[in-house]
Amino acid sequence: MKRRPLIPVLPVFLLAMWLLLNDSASPGHIVLGIVFALLITAAVARLRPLPAWPRRLHVAVGLIAHVLVDIVRSNLAVGRIILGASRRQPTIGFVKIPLDMRDPHGLAMLAVIITGTPGTVWAGHDAENNVLTLHVLDLKDEAAWVRTVKQRYERPLMDIFE
Amino acid sequence: MNAADIPLWAALPAAALLVCGGLLTVVGSLGLLRLNAFYARIHAPTMGSTLGAGCVLIASMLLSSAMAGRPVIHELLITLFILITSPVTAMLLMRAAMYRAPD
Repeated sequence: MKRRPLIPVLPVFLLAMWLLLNDSASPGHIVLGIVFALLITAAVARLRPLPAWPRRLHVAVGLIAHVLVDIVRSNLAVGRIILGASRRQPTIGFVKIPLDMRDPHGLAMLAVIITGTPGTVWAGHDAENNVLTLHVLDLKDEAAWVRTVKQRYERPLMDIFE
Repeated sequence: MNAADIPLWAALPAAALLVCGGLLTVVGSLGLLRLNAFYARIHAPTMGSTLGAGCVLIASMLLSSAMAGRPVIHELLITLFILITSPVTAMLLMRAAMYRAPD
């Protein structure tokens, strides 16, 4: 059963965004930011009745660190492939990965992580069987990709969103 | 304040980051020329929108913080917006390609 999180994530996030946008933490901007955050949260609740209730935010810190490391590593890997392309074209390929996660917000985050990392693109998701199709630039070891996605990304996302 | 007033501790890493970001983006764009399949080319520009943009934004944060004499971090928002929008185009292109050639 899902419980409400301790802090209302969306309003707090919107307030932080407002203060960053204005590059100021003056009392006036804080009050204005709180008003806007609450108004937008109320408006969004009507547009999108399915609220995201992320929990265990400390898991997210580790996940973000993992993703940043992976982005740097795969940037270097893709760069090497591009510079070596005259000798060898990469072996592109699709990988099918059965997922356990059902939460739409978790799946959306997984899509952003996978597509945002160079070398992999989210190529489709079969909602019925919950199978993700992943496109990989240089496919060498299919099992390794399944392991990476499931353990490194899906497990923490399930902890956060389910 | 002009460019000569930027302290060395900010100018040096910022310059290095700008060169790195530029190189990464150039290599990513080169990928569009050098890779010979659409499914391979779709991966190349992601380099520019992730680490390439990241390097430039960190350099910008460093410089504006040094010049203003206080932390200036609203470039983080640009990072966030790039991070949540660029996958959308990549996924759209991917789905369109798969739709036209189902194999």
